[in-house]
Amino acid sequence: MAGLTKEQIGGILARQGILVAFALFMIGFSIANARFLDPDNIMGVVRSSAILGVMALGVTFVVISGNLDLSVGSMMSFSTIVVLDLHDKIGPTLAIPAMFAMTLCLGALIGFLVGYLKLNSLIVTLGMLSAIHGLTLTYSGGKNMDIADKAGTWFGVFGQGDALGIPVPILIFVLLAAGLGILLAKTPFGRKVYAVGGNRTAATFSGIRQARVVFSCYLISAFCVATAGLIQAGRSLGSQNTVGQGLELEVLAAVILGGASLMGGSGTIFKTAIGVLILGFIQNGLLLVGLQFYAQYVVTWIIIILAVWLDIAAKRGRLWSPIA
Amino acid sequence: MQAGTLSTFLKRGAIWGFIVLELIFFSVAGEFLSLSDKAFMDAGNMLLLLKQTAPLGIIAMGMTIIMINGNIDLSVGATFALCAIVLLDSLTWPIFAGLGDGVIPVAWALALLTGIALGALNGLIVWKTGVDAFIVTLGSMLGYRGLVFMYNGEQPTSHLNWTLVDFAEAQWLGLHTATWFLLFVTVAIWFLMNRTVHGRNAYAIGDNRTAAVNAGIRVGPHMMINFMIIGFLAALSAVVFYSESGSVNPNDGELYELWVITAVVLGGTKLTGGSGSIISTFGGVLAIQLLRKGLAHIGTNTETVNLVIGLILIAVLFLDRQLNLKGKEELKV
Repeated sequence: MAGLTKEQIGGILARQGILVAFALFMIGFSIANARFLDPDNIMGVVRSSAILGVMALGVTFVVISGNLDLSVGSMMSFSTIVVLDLHDKIGPTLAIPAMFAMTLCLGALIGFLVGYLKLNSLIVTLGMLSAIHGLTLTYSGGKNMDIADKAGTWFGVFGQGDALGIPVPILIFVLLAAGLGILLAKTPFGRKVYAVGGNRTAATFSGIRQARVVFSCYLISAFCVATAGLIQAGRSLGSQNTVGQGLELEVLAAVILGGASLMGGSGTIFKTAIGVLILGFIQNGLLLVGLQFYAQYVVTWIIIILAVWLDIAAKRGRLWSPIA
Repeated sequence: MQAGTLSTFLKRGAIWGFIVLELIFFSVAGEFLSLSDKAFMDAGNMLLLLKQTAPLGIIAMGMTIIMINGNIDLSVGATFALCAIVLLDSLTWPIFAGLGDGVIPVAWALALLTGIALGALNGLIVWKTGVDAFIVTLGSMLGYRGLVFMYNGEQPTSHLNWTLVDFAEAQWLGLHTATWFLLFVTVAIWFLMNRTVHGRNAYAIGDNRTAAVNAGIRVGPHMMINFMIIGFLAALSAVVFYSESGSVNPNDGELYELWVITAVVLGGTKLTGGSGSIISTFGGVLAIQLLRKGLAHIGTNTETVNLVIGLILIAVLFLDRQLNLKGKEELKV
């Protein structure tokens, strides 16, 4: 590495560190267990990561715009329960748009509170986490929701089906990631999201209506949550009220792993997808090398801290924080 | 914070006004809607309410100082569960078998030390790496919960020690043991934050970190001490609660962080740091517990509690912003 200074190496690591880490993990796990690289195994991991992944795509927008969304977990429970309930009442073709509309309404409410009323997003979405959880329980009366005729419906296709030889959840995840990735990276709207998250005042002076941008980000997040709810509902055709509980933090972990800063203004859809896959493959890899299921949480903890630490260490040019 | 102005008075008194409103509402509504003949304001009922406030209330005191300091701790629920497991499991360790009931203080000490260690780990990482406390504790929330599950799988950890149960169920001057712990913690933390150098520095750091550094305050150690305090309090909360119940599920304490933060914010503490009051946090936890109990009293589904609390939290945030908006209008577009 003669031509590179220490700073340059640090810069590369800061920008591409997550890819390097991902590659190292894949190599490590495939050496430890030959089954890890088996196509069936890889497909299985991606497939089970799809729900988390779809939600993470939407949260990426919110985080880049400088806000947080802690309500995605209970919102996902809500959309799952609602679509399962409506499936038997008005049929799947009507239930799906109805569920999307209801979930988008919740997203719009959060977007209004955070975007237009400028309330702190952490507390608003914390409140909505609780409120939507209560709403779901009130809606379902606390009971599990099941589709009556599980064999006679095509609804399961969203969670269990295959199209072109690829499982539908993966297909949805990839298509959504591609669409949202283009929206974020290649359109004026995407630039505005970065601008609002990067420097709110500057964005305002540039004539960007930041309230509208933030509002749209929460709508996108709600749309992704509804899609995740659809996959979840299609996969199990029945659900508890708490199916999405705790997912909000795993989603956030994936987004942070992907290198999005909680301060806003940085992150990409592609890296979020990598973050999601890292979480999925770590879980799978640790199981394959014979560790307990729950060891993944501890490993995830260490990885999150290391990833963010190295990221900011590279930015400030020194490893340890300057805090006295 | 300047005392005496109308808005300060409104903000300080708001939580107590809210509690009085709750009491009146549930007493009146209870007359018509309640299934039981007992009045809502029944003395026994209120004592029980205080006791049930204790587990969240003790943690909320720690969360208040963390938030005044400008940080946040999402890992308290997992810390709570891990300390509970240490408490109940260490009661049965063979090396302590010879101690008889002397094992109780040892188990308590082990659980409390675990809490302090977990908090210190969070604090050390925040201090030395400079990673935001939100991310650090988000990570450790997962990590500590993982440790809980690795300890005993998905099985509950149970051990009933009757001496311990008697102690936890005792009443002294009418108040339960747990209530005494809550009151004692409240007074101690109030003293710490209002009458000691550490407390004053914590406010200063949360209010303006650069200014605090320039004034020669060492930010890192203060933050670490605060994280150790909240770890200790999460452990104390577990010790008080599980001494009585004697059985801990690996999922216990989940979402505690959210309840606790809700209570602290209801009490008027700012997420941005630098302002907040221990006494108001006490009001905040009381208000939440009253709401839970009151809604159950008038026969609402327990599910509604989440809905109501979420909406109240957002409403409080909105009102608070309206009160603060005067004089510091944001950039107009």
